[in-house]
Amino acid sequence: MPKLTIDGIEVEAEAGMTVIQAADLVGIEIPRFCYHERLSIAGNCRMCLVEVKPGPPKPAAACALPVAEGMQVWTQSDLAKKARKGVMEFLLINHPLDCPICDQGGECDLQDQAMAFGSDRSRYHEHKRAVTEKYLGPLVKTAMTRCIHCTRCVRFIEEVAGVPELGMIGRGEHSEITSYVEQALTSELSGNIVDLCPVGALTSAPYAFHARPWELHKVQSIDVLDAVGSAIRVDARGNAVMRVLPRLNEEINEEWLADKSRHAIDGLRYQRLDRPYVREDGTLRPASWEEALRAVAGRLLATEPDRIAALAGDLADAEAMVLLKDLMGVVGSPHLDCRQDGAALDPADRAGYLFNPTIAGIEDADALLIVGSDPRWEAPILNARIRKRYLMGGFPIAVLGPRTDLTYAVEDLGNDPATLEALATGRHPFAETLAQASRPLILVGQGALARPDGAAVMGYVRRLAEAVGAVGADDWTGLAVLHTAAARVGGLELGFVPGAGGRDTAGILAGAEAGDIQVVYLLGADEIDTARLGDAFVIYQGHHGDAGANRADVILPGAAYTEKNATYVNTEGRMQQTWLAVHPPGEAREDWKILRALSAAMGKPLAQNTIRDVRARLAEVSPTFAPGNDGGIVPATSTPGFAAFTGRLEATPFASPVRNYYMTDPISRASRTMAECTDVFIHGKTHGTTGGDGGLTAAADSKRTGTDG
Amino acid sequence: MTAAKTIPDRAETPFAFSDANQAEVARILAKYPAGRERSAILPLLDLAQRQQGWISRSVVEAVTAVTGCPPIHVWEVATFYTMYNLAPIGAHHVQICTNLSCWLRGSDEVLRAARDVFGVGFGQTSADGTVTVSQVECLGACVNAPMMQIGDDYFEDLDYDSAKALFQAIKDGRPLTAGSQVGRQCSAPQDRMTTLTTDPTTAEGGRWTAPDSPAAGGSGAD
Repeated sequence: MPKLTIDGIEVEAEAGMTVIQAADLVGIEIPRFCYHERLSIAGNCRMCLVEVKPGPPKPAAACALPVAEGMQVWTQSDLAKKARKGVMEFLLINHPLDCPICDQGGECDLQDQAMAFGSDRSRYHEHKRAVTEKYLGPLVKTAMTRCIHCTRCVRFIEEVAGVPELGMIGRGEHSEITSYVEQALTSELSGNIVDLCPVGALTSAPYAFHARPWELHKVQSIDVLDAVGSAIRVDARGNAVMRVLPRLNEEINEEWLADKSRHAIDGLRYQRLDRPYVREDGTLRPASWEEALRAVAGRLLATEPDRIAALAGDLADAEAMVLLKDLMGVVGSPHLDCRQDGAALDPADRAGYLFNPTIAGIEDADALLIVGSDPRWEAPILNARIRKRYLMGGFPIAVLGPRTDLTYAVEDLGNDPATLEALATGRHPFAETLAQASRPLILVGQGALARPDGAAVMGYVRRLAEAVGAVGADDWTGLAVLHTAAARVGGLELGFVPGAGGRDTAGILAGAEAGDIQVVYLLGADEIDTARLGDAFVIYQGHHGDAGANRADVILPGAAYTEKNATYVNTEGRMQQTWLAVHPPGEAREDWKILRALSAAMGKPLAQNTIRDVRARLAEVSPTFAPGNDGGIVPATSTPGFAAFTGRLEATPFASPVRNYYMTDPISRASRTMAECTDVFIHGKTHGTTGGDGGLTAAADSKRTGTDG
Repeated sequence: MTAAKTIPDRAETPFAFSDANQAEVARILAKYPAGRERSAILPLLDLAQRQQGWISRSVVEAVTAVTGCPPIHVWEVATFYTMYNLAPIGAHHVQICTNLSCWLRGSDEVLRAARDVFGVGFGQTSADGTVTVSQVECLGACVNAPMMQIGDDYFEDLDYDSAKALFQAIKDGRPLTAGSQVGRQCSAPQDRMTTLTTDPTTAEGGRWTAPDSPAAGGSGAD
C-alpha cells in the first residue's frame, strides 16, 4: 500500500493504482477527457497533467502514472495549471465554437473544463479543421468536427461492447474516428458511447435538438424493458419523457444501459390507451371509467368463478399483480398465470427461477454453460458482464443454444437438446470442465424453458447443476435463470400462478378456445396468441394499444413504467421500485388503483386504499417485498432433490424468445426509433434507404447534418 | 483530407495474395505467437503493397482474412503510416526528401528535374503511369543530402543533372545505380578528410581524456 501525498493530503493507495485514481479516493478532482474508470488507459488527451516529485522536471499524466511510495503530487501548482491551460488551448484549436447549436451544450465536459481550466481567449487565428460526418447507425448522431480524439468510444466499443468496429484512422491533424466502412454499429450497447463522449461529437440521434439539460426534471427509476432492471434516470420535460440515461448501479448495470432501454421511450408517446373503451357491436368506443368498470364488474359477477381467468403480462408491476391475484381470490377463480410464455418455472422452487449467482456474481464464476439463451439480445447488460468476466481470463464458456457470436469466445456445443442429457449424465467433456470449476455457472434462458419439454430441460439442468456442484454449496449457487420479462420474477414471488385445480396459460387459452373460460382478464398481457381467446369476454388493462387491446371487449387504460410508483423484481430476485416521472396520459391511471376501483365497483372492495397498503400486502405475501428491501435480494435456498427428475427432451433446437431485440414489448413495438433500428439491424437496410414513409427518411437525413464548424 | 475518400470501391479492385506470396504470408504469420496475429499486420500490408503497389479496401480485407483481426484495426494501421499508399501509384515511386538538410542542399533542384522529365510534381503520377513523385519527410540520409528514394533504393548526393539523368533512365527503362551519385563511399567525406586528420592516439592528435581522470592531471581544465 504505497503512501503518497496529493496537494499535501496523505493518501494510502493500493499498489497498481494510478495517481488519478488515488486523487479520486480523497476527492481531489483532476480534469480528464480520455480517462474513464471502466475503460483501458489511453493517456492521449493530456488534460490530467500534474506536477510530480520525484521525477523528471515536467508535468506527468496522472491517469497513466502508477502511484509510488513517497510520491508527491501537486494538482494546483503553477506548473500543473499552466500545463492544463496549454492542453486546453490545443484542444480548442480545432474544436468549433458552436456550443449554442450543440446538443452537448450544458452537459459538456469540454465546456465545463474550458471554463474551469482554460484561458479566456484564443490566440489562434488559422482555419479550424473540418471532418466529415460518419454514419454510426440510427442511434448515434455524429458531429466529428467536435471530436477531440479521446478514443473513449473506440475503447468502449472494443472492450465493453466487444464489437471492434470503431477506430481512429490517419494520424496527427488528420486523425478521424470512424467505423471501417460506414455501417451502423452492431452493438446493443452503442448508446453508451454518447454518454462517454466528453464533447458533442457523438450525441443521441433520437433526442437530437429536443431539449436542453437544464429544462429537464430528472427522476431516478429503473428500467423494465428487459429483466435485469437497470438503474435509469428519466429526464422529462413537462409531461413528456425526453430521454433515459443510465444511473450507476454496480450490482446490475454498472453505468451502462442497453439501447432498447434507452431509446424505446418514444414508444411511450404512441399507441397509448388514454381512456377506457368498451366494445359495442364489434367496435371499440370510448367510454367513461364508470361505464367501463361497471361493464367489467357486471361480467365478473355474472360469470361462474370457474370460467374466469387472468393473465399478467411482461411489464406488469407487482402492486397490480398482487391486487389482481387478490381480486381473483375474491371472485373465487384459481385460473391465473404470470408465465404467459408458458415457461416451466416452478413457483415453489425459488432457486429454480432466480438468477441465483447475481449479475455482479458472474465475475466470481469460473466456468459458464449457456443453455438455450441468447444473452446478447435477452439481456445486453448481463452479456456485457459475462464479457467482462471473460476478459479477466480463465473462464471457459460453452453455449448450447441458438447463438454463439456473443461478443466473447465460446465453445459451440451445437443446439441439440440431447447434448444437455449428455452433459447431465457426464458423458460430455464440458461437464468435466464444469465439475472442475470451483464456481460453475449454468445460465438457462427462457428459450429452453418455454417449450413443451421445458420441465424436462429444467430437470436435466438441475441434475447437471447438482452433478458439477453448482447447487448445494454453502457459498455458491451457480444455477442462473435468465428472464426476459421484468414482471416475471415478481409474479412468481407473489404467487401469480394457478391455484389448486387452476389452469396455467396454456390451459386458459385452451379453455377460452373451447368456451370453458368465458372471461379473461389481461393485465398487460400481449405476448399470447389472442386469436385463441375464442369467444371469451376479454378485459385488457394496460398502457398500449397492442395485441391484447385489439382483442379486448373492455379496455382499462393503465400507466407505463415511467408513470407510476411501482415495484418490479429483476431476474436476480432483486426488488426495485420505479418512480413516477410523468403522469399517465389522459384518463389512464396507475394500475393498482384501477384494480382497487374495480373491486369497489363489484361491491367487494379490497382492503388496500393506498400504495402503502398495497406494499404492506406485498410484504405479507413474500419477504422479497419487505419494506427496506428495496434494491436487495432475499437469496433462494437451493433445494437438492430435483436430480431424480427425468423427462423426455424433444429434438427441436432451442430458440431465443427474443426474435428481434428492438421490439419485444408494447412500448418498443410502438417506438419509431426501434422501428428504424429494426430496419437497419434486423432487415439490414443501409442508411439512406431507411423506412418507407417520409417522416422516417427525413429523420434519418437530419441525423447526418452536422455543424459547419 | 480524408484518406477513405480516395479509395475506389473494393469491387473495382479485387485483391488476393499471389501464390508465391501465400507462402510468404504463412512465413510472416509463423513469426508471431498464437493470439498475436495483429503483429503481422505491418509486414502483410507491406507484402500486399509490393504485390499490388497500393493498399485498397480489398487488401485490408485480405489481411483481415489471414490475421483474423477486425478490419478497422488493419485500416487504422494502413492509414497511420505514410509509407502505405492508399491510392494507385505509378510503376516507380520517386520519394524526394524535402526536409531541412535536403532542402538546404538543393532538393528544390531535384524536384525541378522531376518536373522537367516527367512533367509532374509532388503527389502526381506521370501521364504514362511510369512514375509517381512524392514529397517525404526525412529518410535518414542527411549526410548525403539531397536524396530521394526510388523503390527500395536511396539515391544520394543529387543535383539537377544527376537527378535528371536518373529520371531519364527510368523513363528509358534503363537500370539505375543506387547510392551516392558522386562516387562517395557510404557516408565518408566526399573528397578528403576534413576532420580527424591527425593520429588520435597521440596528444598532438587531440587525444581526449575524461576531465576528472588522473591522466588529465586532476585540473579538468582541458
